Amino acid sequence: MSDELIWRIAGGSGDGADSTSKNFARALMRSGLHVFTHQHYPSRIRGGHMYVEVRAAPEPVKSRGDGYNFLVALGDSFARNPQEGAYYGDEEIKPLAENLDELREGGVIIYDTGLFDEEDVEEVGLHERAEENDWHVYGIDLRGTAREHGREVMRNTAGVGATAALLGADLDPFEEIMREGMRGDVLEANLQVLTDAYESAADLEFTHDLSFPEGGHDEQQVMVSGSHAVAYGALDSGCRFISGYPMTPWTDVFTIMSQNLPDVGGISEQVEDEIAAASLAVGASHAGVKAMSGSSGGGFALMSEPLGMAEMTETPLVLVEAQRAGPSTGMPTKTEQADLEHVLYTSQGDSNRVVLAPGNVREAYEQSRISFDVAYDYQIPTILLYDQKLGAENRTVPESFFDREPSPDLGSTLTEEELAEAAHDASGKFHRFQYDPENGVSPRSIPGQKGGRYLASGNEHTQSGHITEDPDLRVAQVDRRLRKLESIREDLNGRDLQTYYGEEDAEYGIVSWGSQQDTVEEAVDRLLAAGHSVQAVGVSQIMPFPREEMAGFIEGVEEAMVVEMNATGQFRGHIQRELGRYGDKLTSLLKYNGNPFEPAEIVEGFEAQHDGDASAAPETTRTEPAAGD
Amino acid sequence: MSAFSAIGEEREIDQDEFTPGLEPQPTWCPGCGDFGVLKALKGAMPQVGRTPDETLLVTGIGCSGKLSSYFESYGFHSIHGRALPVARAAKLANPELEVIAAGGDGDGYGIGGNHFMHTARENHDMVYIVFNNEVFGLTKGQSSPTSPKGHESKIQPGGNAKAPVRPLSLALASGASYIARTAAVNPNQAKEILTEAIEHDGFAHVDFLTQCPTWNKDAKSYVPYVDVQDSDDYDFDVTDRREAADMMHETESALYEGTVLTGRYYVDEDRPSYTQEKRDTGALPEEPAAERYFDEDADWERSADLMHRHR
Repeated sequence: MSDELIWRIAGGSGDGADSTSKNFARALMRSGLHVFTHQHYPSRIRGGHMYVEVRAAPEPVKSRGDGYNFLVALGDSFARNPQEGAYYGDEEIKPLAENLDELREGGVIIYDTGLFDEEDVEEVGLHERAEENDWHVYGIDLRGTAREHGREVMRNTAGVGATAALLGADLDPFEEIMREGMRGDVLEANLQVLTDAYESAADLEFTHDLSFPEGGHDEQQVMVSGSHAVAYGALDSGCRFISGYPMTPWTDVFTIMSQNLPDVGGISEQVEDEIAAASLAVGASHAGVKAMSGSSGGGFALMSEPLGMAEMTETPLVLVEAQRAGPSTGMPTKTEQADLEHVLYTSQGDSNRVVLAPGNVREAYEQSRISFDVAYDYQIPTILLYDQKLGAENRTVPESFFDREPSPDLGSTLTEEELAEAAHDASGKFHRFQYDPENGVSPRSIPGQKGGRYLASGNEHTQSGHITEDPDLRVAQVDRRLRKLESIREDLNGRDLQTYYGEEDAEYGIVSWGSQQDTVEEAVDRLLAAGHSVQAVGVSQIMPFPREEMAGFIEGVEEAMVVEMNATGQFRGHIQRELGRYGDKLTSLLKYNGNPFEPAEIVEGFEAQHDGDASAAPETTRTEPAAGD
Repeated sequence: MSAFSAIGEEREIDQDEFTPGLEPQPTWCPGCGDFGVLKALKGAMPQVGRTPDETLLVTGIGCSGKLSSYFESYGFHSIHGRALPVARAAKLANPELEVIAAGGDGDGYGIGGNHFMHTARENHDMVYIVFNNEVFGLTKGQSSPTSPKGHESKIQPGGNAKAPVRPLSLALASGASYIARTAAVNPNQAKEILTEAIEHDGFAHVDFLTQCPTWNKDAKSYVPYVDVQDSDDYDFDVTDRREAADMMHETESALYEGTVLTGRYYVDEDRPSYTQEKRDTGALPEEPAAERYFDEDADWERSADLMHRHR
């Protein structure tokens, strides 16, 4: 991977590095490269160390890499704790100091001499470490350049200009993106900052040999985040109602939907709390509009009651759950996959829901659409479970991927003509909840339709919706609702939601779920190159679980390592619960420090498990042996 | 043509249409005030000219929540405290529906208090009937948000230490644009008030005194009652929020001193409904969003047409 660039821009939260990095990544895409971004930021409005990583290569990139090779250290203009010995450390130097450990040998550093104090730079040992690691350090006054032509925040732009010069890149795509997104004086000032920084950096004596990767696309690419993919899948499914309450990281999907819905005849409601949010989605769906809500762990907890109400009243509903590190408030801006059991079982009574966990940006779009198909065909809540990592990562995808027909169909809903033919009580109430449909689905009506009157009730009910506690009717209704899950299992089994990667009939398996899938794939490439016999499966169909398929995979390998971002091996437990066996074949590789896996961690973790030497696993992870080992 | 042909149908409506034919007889106790709500609501519907098929009655949990079982219309018997969020989204999805929400005082002023405040604040065009019996009935007599201070129950053996909420004042402060109190023992006034409340274009809150003969024996059957509009003892302008606020305060206090005051307390015909406000900001389609799903010729937008932003 010598021809890849992993560019990291680090600064203070609120300094604009996020939008700069997006523009940078788009410019790289336009120059013919594939890109992948990874965002790391604190739960603060202003200040605190953040970075965004942009990985770019001529071939498609599907994960963050191991470390990175180009740092732009901007300085934190909102640093709160400048004093030595402060509890959170010296924030001013963090954009430089905090990022050195992961910089690869031979890497390049640009740091802002306009913001960093040279004494501090000495103190973190930059220059000695540069010597040891063959880093190439360029101190450039980015802040000065920004101030000269515009405002201080434009030092981001200066960093981009200097990067382009050091890598020998053409400035055109960078200028083009700026022209599209800015106007007037701001544009002029930014263009000047860009060119000026480019020229001053170009005058420096270069010692590095990293250069701008060259690539070309066969077809038009677009850069799309996981959150965009979820939202666009919803729009293309005909979702025209969203209700929510802001919470990181779910807010991204809520924002994208809210910005687009008014243009497409849709409705967005920000409401008083998540109980209301999910209840509104139930109300809108009941009244005939395809609806969604969502949250992150803590907000999703409040949705437990309306989720159960949707199960019992068989109201189609899509909820998205963007996981972050818990429990409680946890680490709001950091990623984790520890809400699996929460999402599977929250709410009273026997759980009756669908859970899908997309493995990457494309799957986020596809499974967002499948969520709506399933919810409306089978009248059941479907939860799309992803995390901060997938939501915030941007990836290049061929534009043609999105060239699809919308599917606004309301699923198992009758028209007035069909209702006229349907079964009713003598009193005129429509048999909305018939006991006998083989696949469990009893078609519904929408309020306002003539001849469709019924009662939707969270209480157990008869076929027309009236409350009942009759034991036989109770059993008939429970069984019918659960039959829907069997029908869905079969339906989903036909949709190939699991992604296999590596050697067929391999000796060892790696199992992941959701957002770790593509990082595992990169690790598998390296494991295969190192002579291991390994195949990975990325599971998206979490509930109803693909039992036969997964049993087949585990049967076929000697041992399978389950890779997940939590501390208790929730997915490993889920597999065992669903399959009722294989405890002696499943091991765990866990990471729960708030940062997603790097491919090398999975490679090393696998080798540690393979060799039975837990101490060889990376320090950032934890391994668990199979039961009985 | 609308996919919802029940909506806006012009025909004679008989109040018997709102009585389920074969369906369950109410399970309310003999003498329960809830019968009065059911009767008043059935009586109001022909007055406002809406049919069972174009009406969605959303209820909460408790004795009051069973109203949707005994009233013939589209019904949604939701969960405790959540009738309002379900109801207001149904109204947004299809503003042509007649949406009525109902629940008890625990449902509306306790567990669903936050939704009550925000639904009033947003001024959704719907009625919210709160069955106020000053007690938790279905769970056997515990103090509710409107129980008097000192109310004794198995949970409050030494007497309830809390002063009751002031429901009318709460509705006013939150933004409701029609606020009234009526009583089950006053069927004519109840029917008139519900008719006005349904016709009102905005959030209409009706605090409906419903005597509980089983768990609130001392109380009160809410007789004699006084209609503040008919009485010479009270004179205030229902369109003046300061005068209304004073009258509400007096009414709320009087209830616990043995004087049952009822009537209209606040009417603001000028405040636009939420549907209107949202349409004015371009955030709610002119046509009901629910109609489009039944229109075979509808041209649905595609995310593919947004991709230029991502190049």
